[in-house]
Amino acid sequence: MTKTEELTAQGSGTGRSERVFNTSSGWKEFPPGGVIRGGANSHHFKTGEWRTYRPRHIEENCIHCLLCWIYCPDLAIVARDGKMLGFDYEHCKGCGICAEECPTKDKAIEMVAEPEEESGI
Amino acid sequence: MGSEVLAQKETRYRALSGNEAAAQAMRQIEPVVVAAYPITPQTEIVQLFSNFVSDGLVRTEFVPVESEHSALSAVVGAASSGVRAMTATSSNGLALMFEILNIASGLRLPIVMTVVNRALSAPINIHCDHGDTMGVRDAGWIQLYAENAQETYDNLIQAVRIAEHPAVRLPVMVAVDGFIVSHGIENVEMLDDQTVKTFIGTFQPDFSLLDPDHIVTIGPLVLQDSYFEIKRLQVEAVEAAYQVITEVGLDFEKVSGRCYQLVEEYRMEEAETAVVALGSTAGNFKEVVDQFQARGVPVGLLKLRVFRPFPAEQVRRALARCRAVAVMDRAHSLSGQGGPLFTEVKAALQGTGFPAGSMVNYVYGLGGREITLEMAQRVVEDLQKLAKGSEGDQVLPVNYLGLRE
Amino acid sequence: MPDVLEVRWHGRGGQGAKTAAVLFADIAISTGRFVQAFPQYGPERMGAPVVAYNRVSSTPIRLHTPIERPDYVLILDPKFIGKRNLTAGLSPRGTVMVNTPRRPAEMRQALNLPGATTVCCLDASRIAEDTIGRNIPNVPMVAALVKILQLVTLEDLKDFVREQLEKKFRGQPDLVKGNLEAVDRAYREVERG
Repeated sequence: MTKTEELTAQGSGTGRSERVFNTSSGWKEFPPGGVIRGGANSHHFKTGEWRTYRPRHIEENCIHCLLCWIYCPDLAIVARDGKMLGFDYEHCKGCGICAEECPTKDKAIEMVAEPEEESGI
Repeated sequence: MGSEVLAQKETRYRALSGNEAAAQAMRQIEPVVVAAYPITPQTEIVQLFSNFVSDGLVRTEFVPVESEHSALSAVVGAASSGVRAMTATSSNGLALMFEILNIASGLRLPIVMTVVNRALSAPINIHCDHGDTMGVRDAGWIQLYAENAQETYDNLIQAVRIAEHPAVRLPVMVAVDGFIVSHGIENVEMLDDQTVKTFIGTFQPDFSLLDPDHIVTIGPLVLQDSYFEIKRLQVEAVEAAYQVITEVGLDFEKVSGRCYQLVEEYRMEEAETAVVALGSTAGNFKEVVDQFQARGVPVGLLKLRVFRPFPAEQVRRALARCRAVAVMDRAHSLSGQGGPLFTEVKAALQGTGFPAGSMVNYVYGLGGREITLEMAQRVVEDLQKLAKGSEGDQVLPVNYLGLRE
Repeated sequence: MPDVLEVRWHGRGGQGAKTAAVLFADIAISTGRFVQAFPQYGPERMGAPVVAYNRVSSTPIRLHTPIERPDYVLILDPKFIGKRNLTAGLSPRGTVMVNTPRRPAEMRQALNLPGATTVCCLDASRIAEDTIGRNIPNVPMVAALVKILQLVTLEDLKDFVREQLEKKFRGQPDLVKGNLEAVDRAYREVERG
């Protein structure tokens, strides 16, 4: 488990899925009625590949106000002990809300074009 | 029995209409939630059950709703929270439920519903035919058809066990002929409340939306990549239902003395011709079979109690020795191929060497058109001609019984 | 009482023809017989003609066909006579019972019935008016039918009707009393010709 996955799982006290099935599973592996057991399983859905622009953290401008963490619709801001640490690029869709909401005069988050070679996932 | 005055004797029967029998079964099942919308000829079930609620005879949460779509939606919600939930409807009400019927079965919710059969509009009509339940035959529900008020009661109680069986987990509809059975008063032997409660046991849900310690997601979006797999899984439940329905029937016989199987073979042992029917008409044919057998005509009746899943194996076995078969459809599928029961029986006999021309269809009773003994006798007479195969005695593949030309 | 009995009731919406068929079925079932009671359904309107049926049998009833050849025809409203075919399908050896103050011989003539047919008369409307204050002739007609068939004794019938009506008319003891009196009178007054 990567560091970011571990962090995203902390948001919920409901435990993990009892069973993981995906688009390569045979029909016998699926749960009856398509009922998914266990919560906190959205981290299995890697939305990072939707991104065309990615946020970049400019640490020297950051005041750790965590507004980005509050506004991020995908829980993709990695924060611990009151500090903004970076981004969960497996799930960040590159919407740019964090950069928009960043309150410092010199922005601590800027959106840059997604590199073609290295997606970050 | 002479003309002497008989002393009153204890009877184990009560005089109940089919609707009363259904409402009494629901009272004994005592589901946690009932949501329903009244429609003729089902209205009495809802009315009687709401009386039971207001009289404190059941602890059920009764939800009056503004449509059948809402009724079944509320029941789906209740069943998803892990409780027993029931409803009842008829005709256009069932048609309005169509979307939710598929959701209930797709989510594998063990809902039990009485459907009092009534013709679909248009033209508008309140009387019996099977166009409503046959119209939803592929919605993934198990379908049981009752011959009379007793079977209505018995099927409903068994339906709970069938639906909730871990290998099945499918909704079940119990079809009852509108007015003919729903409003006719007949002898019904009820089980005592405790026997029913013991028979159905406690519902052990697979999941509950209201259990925060075991979170589930129901109804997720499942696209091209997995929908097919989940539907294939549903087929397993349907396949499992054959055995479960049979087992529950055997268990029910232990508590009631009344035997229920997928099909009922009536005097089929020596039969060379057979009538296939379901619902209240089956009883008429039992009478006619007795009349003809008394004259040495080897005709029998194959009554289908279960239409979904279709008991193809039992149909094949029962009809294997027959030379001619008449299939009675109280619905017309307007398919150009005869009624729905006819096409199913034909499909079941496919590959058995049964000659296609020896199987005929009678569409009857649409919109409550009566079926008389004479009509039933005519069917059996036609069958004898067909079995002889004599020239000039051709019977059309699809016939309309009781229709004015 | 034959092994199988088929009965047809002719009444008007509000006269209780359906209730009569149900009450008769309830009484018959209490004797250990098998029963059916079913009305011919149509739009239900006060005053409109209503037809209801009973089957009573010593063995389980499997038929769900209309009754085409009744053994008994009960006419709750004599005003139908001459306007509707009330005796259609009735066996010549069958029985007709009419709610009327007139005598069986007159009714036989009015209905054009052969000598083999039994005709019974009861002024059920009069009895209903006297006992419950309303022209609802169904209970006296049922009582008269029970007497003619010798289905149960008067005492058993009264016990049964009391039990049924006490459930139905809770808090209306006068109605129960009136109906029991109606049963009593019908049992005594029905005339068989």
